[in-house]
Amino acid sequence: MATAHAHDDNHDHAPNFVNRWLFSTNHKDIGTLYILFALFAAIIGIFISLLMRIELQQPGLQIFADGQSWNAMVSAHGLIMVFFVIMPALIGGFGNWFVPIMIGAPDMAFPRLNNISFWLLVPAFLLLGGSMFVGQGAGAGWTIYPPLSDSQYQPGMSMDMALFALHLAGASSILGAANFITTILNMRAPGMTLHKMPLFVWSMLVTAFLLLLAVPVLGGAITMLITDRNFGTAFFRPEGGGDPVLFQHLFWFFGHPEVYIMILPAFGIVSHVVSTFSKKPVFGYLGMAYAMVAIGVVGFVVWAHHMYQSGMDVDTRAYFMAATMVIAVPTGVKIFSWIATMWGGSVRFDTPMLFAIGFIFLFTLGGVTGVVLANASVTQILHNTYYVVAHFHYVLSLGAVFGIYCGIYYWIGKMSGRQYPEKLGKIHFYLTFVGVNLTFFPMHFLGNQGMPRRYPDYADAFWGWNMVASVGAYISVASFVFFFYVMYATFRRGAVAVPNYWGDGATTLEWQVPSPPAFHTFDELPRIR
Amino acid sequence: MGMRLVKNGFWSLIALAMSWPALAETTALGVPTAWGTGLQASGGPIMTAIHDFNELVFWIMVAITIFVGVLLAWVVFRYNERRNPVPSQTSHHTGLEIAWTVVPVLILIVIAIPSFRLIYYQDRTAEADMTINVQGRQWYWNYSYPDHGGFAFDSRPVPTEDLQPGQMRNLAVDEPLVVPAGRNIRVISTGVDVIHSFFVPSLGVQRYSIPGRSIETWFRADRPGSFYGQCNQICGVNHWFMPIEVRAIPPAEFDAWVASARTRYAAAGAPAPVVAAAPAAPALATASDAPISIAQAR
Repeated sequence: MATAHAHDDNHDHAPNFVNRWLFSTNHKDIGTLYILFALFAAIIGIFISLLMRIELQQPGLQIFADGQSWNAMVSAHGLIMVFFVIMPALIGGFGNWFVPIMIGAPDMAFPRLNNISFWLLVPAFLLLGGSMFVGQGAGAGWTIYPPLSDSQYQPGMSMDMALFALHLAGASSILGAANFITTILNMRAPGMTLHKMPLFVWSMLVTAFLLLLAVPVLGGAITMLITDRNFGTAFFRPEGGGDPVLFQHLFWFFGHPEVYIMILPAFGIVSHVVSTFSKKPVFGYLGMAYAMVAIGVVGFVVWAHHMYQSGMDVDTRAYFMAATMVIAVPTGVKIFSWIATMWGGSVRFDTPMLFAIGFIFLFTLGGVTGVVLANASVTQILHNTYYVVAHFHYVLSLGAVFGIYCGIYYWIGKMSGRQYPEKLGKIHFYLTFVGVNLTFFPMHFLGNQGMPRRYPDYADAFWGWNMVASVGAYISVASFVFFFYVMYATFRRGAVAVPNYWGDGATTLEWQVPSPPAFHTFDELPRIR
Repeated sequence: MGMRLVKNGFWSLIALAMSWPALAETTALGVPTAWGTGLQASGGPIMTAIHDFNELVFWIMVAITIFVGVLLAWVVFRYNERRNPVPSQTSHHTGLEIAWTVVPVLILIVIAIPSFRLIYYQDRTAEADMTINVQGRQWYWNYSYPDHGGFAFDSRPVPTEDLQPGQMRNLAVDEPLVVPAGRNIRVISTGVDVIHSFFVPSLGVQRYSIPGRSIETWFRADRPGSFYGQCNQICGVNHWFMPIEVRAIPPAEFDAWVASARTRYAAAGAPAPVVAAAPAAPALATASDAPISIAQAR
């Protein structure tokens, strides 16, 4: 349908480089910018984790000068991965690229807002990156709990720079979320009812609502922190009548939905990939969609399970424990529905499908350790240990990141017009799978044995598993470098992609248009059934 | 520091792997063990209860993971393109969907009931034998004994170069928190600078130490011995170097230790004794003739 008026396609679409990439209002170009940005940030975030694993490979302080420089790196790793890798890749990248196409919309509702959402991320990242080189660095962890993040304990500009970085990244997310909600609710093609919407669009809709409700709370909390630091207020200073625990509540009211913000788009991508490569429609479509809605809703009322040791009343802890365990139910629905989608299918194991199956299994593993951690009783000794580090890397580093790789291999032919080399993709998958499991699985053992997180040096008994984890990390980093080679090979000698290169199973709208789609995807609005 | 003799990472991994069985058998109480995979051994009733509960949850989790793994493996084996060229188009099964919603709920209830019981047990004790105030400071611990005259002292880590034989790097402290074995210890944590976390895995106890707040919990060490922990909330440059040692000693020895500690730490400028009528106070009258020093209490 997009080729029907090919001669019209070109009348306004030969923008020069500056107009196309700096002043872009085209959702596909902005999506590309987001993905490139996320890959660049990933290089830095992963380089920091490499430094950390070198440090932890053996007891003693090796390459870090002291605990503060370590803390600054740990904090930067967390913030970069969350705000500048996973969110831009999944939401800004794939969301921008495919939400409008999948619902048959010509573009996002507010193209200029879309542009500023992306460009706010750049100064945000510069501020955060700069904070590592100014003064002592911002070393309060990604959770930036006061009083440690207050000016008395983190003097100098670096913490303020990190906080302003969060403000800018937060503003970017809020604007992006408003754009997605408006686009999805108002710009669906005729016939595209909510209950016919592809699951990736559903996941982006829920994610956008989570962002819209959660990020302003973070904005309020860090604004209070900034005024505590610079303008003499005492919101979180006990000596002025403030309360450090209040910050924890505000932070986690944002922070817990944030983890679902990171994983829900990956859920959406995996649903598409599983369905495509099984050549079957998604099993239990409505259940899948409303499971995500349920995860989003319940995700807002469980935040204090991050604060079991903060002295909350035991009845309050009991509530948060119960609410947290409830989340396992919709998550289980998703896992079983994916398996049921494959059941009876005719399954192909191309690279995206390998990442999807890897995602399902490893997310299950991260999910069950999440159920363990939901129990305040066990968390009494697992809180803040490497068990927690293992858990959230299983759901994010092996969950969300597998989701990103899954999406890249699934759509790279659509986005670039060139298909990745299958054999290289598979090598990349197996290398990554071995590397990340070797890195993060031993961390469960370290946590069980009581090794606290954010330690540059540890008791000698923790040496063995740390060594294994470091070896795993080197393999993971090698696999990440290899990924760039795969991308190079794709652009250099990848086969030219036809519109629907996955065949029968791929049924959503992006497979009806050329690869890559025209600058203006649809000349006339598609009609859905 | 003998462990650092082997510098090369790869070869040290091989060396460790070969010594694995030998290391795995030494399960000491109160400390992490090399290549340990499970929870630390239990030193008291709370940790024992956590062990029991963790055992239940662990096997449920293993079963779920294996179940999902087997389903995936079966799908890969049975429903691949070669074996099953024509896909079914089934996309609904109401019974199945209800089942995989209801069964997880039942499993969660099985987990939740003992878990609720346990958190109320862990929370506080009605029958505390004595109280200890714990305060995390950058970067050491301060312990005080309000029931025994209110003396207080600092507990600082032992730098690596000053380690005595038998002391563990990054775990040893100069003055441990001394408590009577077999007694319920009420812990009140307070903070003074940033947030720290008082964390002793083998006793199953952990609470933040937050400026402006007092948080109560409790523990009991069933046997004499040393139980190690570390600060567990990021607190600045030396977060990794503020270990905790809880030394449980027989109650009679504890009374003697209190007597000597009172004189010792009173001189160090501890706050004046508060009104608290201490349970152990009667014993103090005679304790001064007992020539027990800290070194002997160890």
